Amino acid sequence: MTPDQSLGQTSGQTPETTTEMTYGDAARLALAEEMRRDARVWALGEDVGRGGVFGQYAGLQAEFGAERIADSPISEAAIMGVAVGAAMAGTRPVAEMRISDFALCAVDELVNQAAKARFMLGGQVRVPLVVRQPMGIWPALAAQHSQSLEAWYTHVPGLVVVAPATPADNRGLLKSAIRSDDPVVYMEHKDLWKDTGPVPDGDDVLVPLGKARLARPGDDVTVVTWSGMVRTCVQAADDLAGQRVSAEVIDLRTLWPWDQDAVLASVEKTGRLLVAHEAVLASGFGAEVAATVSERLFGRLKAPVRRLGGPRMPIPYSPPLEAQARRTAADVARAVRGLMQ
Amino acid sequence: MEPHAGGAQRNLDVERLRRQYLDMARIRAFEEAAAAAVAEGTVLGLIHPYIGQEAIAVGVCANLTRDDLLLSTHRGHGHTLAKGASPAGMMCELLGRANGVCGGKGGSMHIADASVGMLGANGVVGANILIATGAAQAIKMQGQDRIVSCFFGDGAVNRGPFLEGLNWAAVFRLPVLFVCEDNAFSATTRTEAMTAGPGPAARAESLGVPAVAVDGNDVLAVDTAARDLVAAIRAGGGPRLLVARTYRLSGHVTIDPAAYRPDHEVQERWADDPIVRCADLLRQAGLDDGTLAGDLDAARDEIAAAYRFAKDSPWPDPREAFTDVQDAGGPVMEEA
Ligand SMILES: Cc1ncc(C[n+]2csc(CCOP(=O)(O)OP(=O)(O)O)c2C)c(N)n1
Repeated sequence: MTPDQSLGQTSGQTPETTTEMTYGDAARLALAEEMRRDARVWALGEDVGRGGVFGQYAGLQAEFGAERIADSPISEAAIMGVAVGAAMAGTRPVAEMRISDFALCAVDELVNQAAKARFMLGGQVRVPLVVRQPMGIWPALAAQHSQSLEAWYTHVPGLVVVAPATPADNRGLLKSAIRSDDPVVYMEHKDLWKDTGPVPDGDDVLVPLGKARLARPGDDVTVVTWSGMVRTCVQAADDLAGQRVSAEVIDLRTLWPWDQDAVLASVEKTGRLLVAHEAVLASGFGAEVAATVSERLFGRLKAPVRRLGGPRMPIPYSPPLEAQARRTAADVARAVRGLMQ
Repeated sequence: MEPHAGGAQRNLDVERLRRQYLDMARIRAFEEAAAAAVAEGTVLGLIHPYIGQEAIAVGVCANLTRDDLLLSTHRGHGHTLAKGASPAGMMCELLGRANGVCGGKGGSMHIADASVGMLGANGVVGANILIATGAAQAIKMQGQDRIVSCFFGDGAVNRGPFLEGLNWAAVFRLPVLFVCEDNAFSATTRTEAMTAGPGPAARAESLGVPAVAVDGNDVLAVDTAARDLVAAIRAGGGPRLLVARTYRLSGHVTIDPAAYRPDHEVQERWADDPIVRCADLLRQAGLDDGTLAGDLDAARDEIAAAYRFAKDSPWPDPREAFTDVQDAGGPVMEEA
């Protein structure tokens, strides 16, 4: 496998060329393409008509009109609940929560309604919606604008949970999420909007849900991560290469369903696993990955599985305090070296 | 808020009223059978009877087509029947059988029949208001010629979705009829004691949603008011609220003896039974007692047959518990 190669198959046309663009623009392109392709797709949320808080909807209202790029009241429960009803009644809404912290105002609508409606009604309805919940530390925005709550949603039957790390994935995964008939919690990382990277050309390049990406190949240690921590872990792996430690970085991309096959195959090869995430360590999704690998590969492990995650504290404001909540490339490298001893 | 004139001044459509009488009787019979089934142990969980409120579902649904949508509450059997669902499929659902409308996955509190536009009861008070609003937005966006009706109790107006949903529906001028069934109680609490201000109609009107209040035990008044509201909504006038005053004649759930209210109060309200009142109107219009009693018998027979059918129906295959969860990453049954 080569770096940036998908562990799963990329569907649609095979791209010959790529275009460099930001993570935010990649998502904007994805939504525009899906809205052109399918008249049932629309987006709703606060300030989306003026481009959204991060510019990820810029220009879309001019193309699609105010009905399909719909500005909403500051009513997160309504944004989510309306999306549920609109999905049941034949459309495919993309509900914007502004940031994942505010989505907590809409938990009933997501967890009790969207996730369960199909099941409770015995398959009589489907709820094909995407709820975008930008996650992660937003520098100096403190505790109510910075959380990483992806693990919560992986615990809820009915939901798909996606956390893209690159511009290419933000395009390809958002397109797959919009085409999915399941409700999808789509968590972009706030610190990645301006990151640039190559995005395959062609308007039908999807990244499949549930397939991990090999972010960097290696032989000694498997590092499983996602979202904003992917680039941190790749940086750590690059640094470790100089110390003759070969770390393989796997970007899960989708947290539910997660690519167990890819992770197990890699750990079978390396015999060592570190799971690293920005979210609070306790009850983070890393625990699920670690437990699964321990259960399945116990006899083949060369070292106990390790986890790296945030301390169990609200994200602080002041820079020296906020830094305590972050996990850096040095932290990752240290944890990997610990596995090698 | 305009008090709505009852049907008395209008020309009485006896056939229509008789159909509504029969529909109310079917709901009453269904609820009595469901309560008996709870006592017998064939229906599990909690059943919230609609007894005493039948005129509201029937009077409103008489103005809806099969294509119109309906969102309901925990007290949802009456709305589901009035929208046209089959009592047998519903009874099977209550008994948790394979051929229940939801395959036994939902039970009473999630009863639904999408084939008649009934998109679900709901276990969360007020949650259906937002879903109904969204369904109405989808209808408007797709240029469809149908509307949404959304029933909820007086207790729901103290939850956020009432504000958020009515504001939203008004802002986007959506085709939705909200129906607040004021049965005086929120579980074991009198709603009045927990509700500030002049009530749901005033709250709706403060958001620019026109509201009409009716005697919810007068099926003719409900029918007439709903007809005008539905016409306004279909004409593109945006959302409307119907506040139907009624009284919950049974306990909150069948096993609730409702000892928190005096017997005489309940007795007085039984004198206002909407089915009896409808029978009186029909009698005045010339129907004889035998015909009216025959309708009640027909309703009971139909429901009794539905119950027998449900009792003889098969249980779901345990593997069904693992279906309809999600396409990507759904659960897998472990082989024994
Ligand atoms: C959000 C929420 N809180 C509490 C409950 C428990 N509960 C079920 S029904 C009910 C009373 C609802 O009263 P109302 O809305 O007036 O409807 P009614 O039962 O009178 O039909 C309560 C408190 C619930 N289902 N959902």
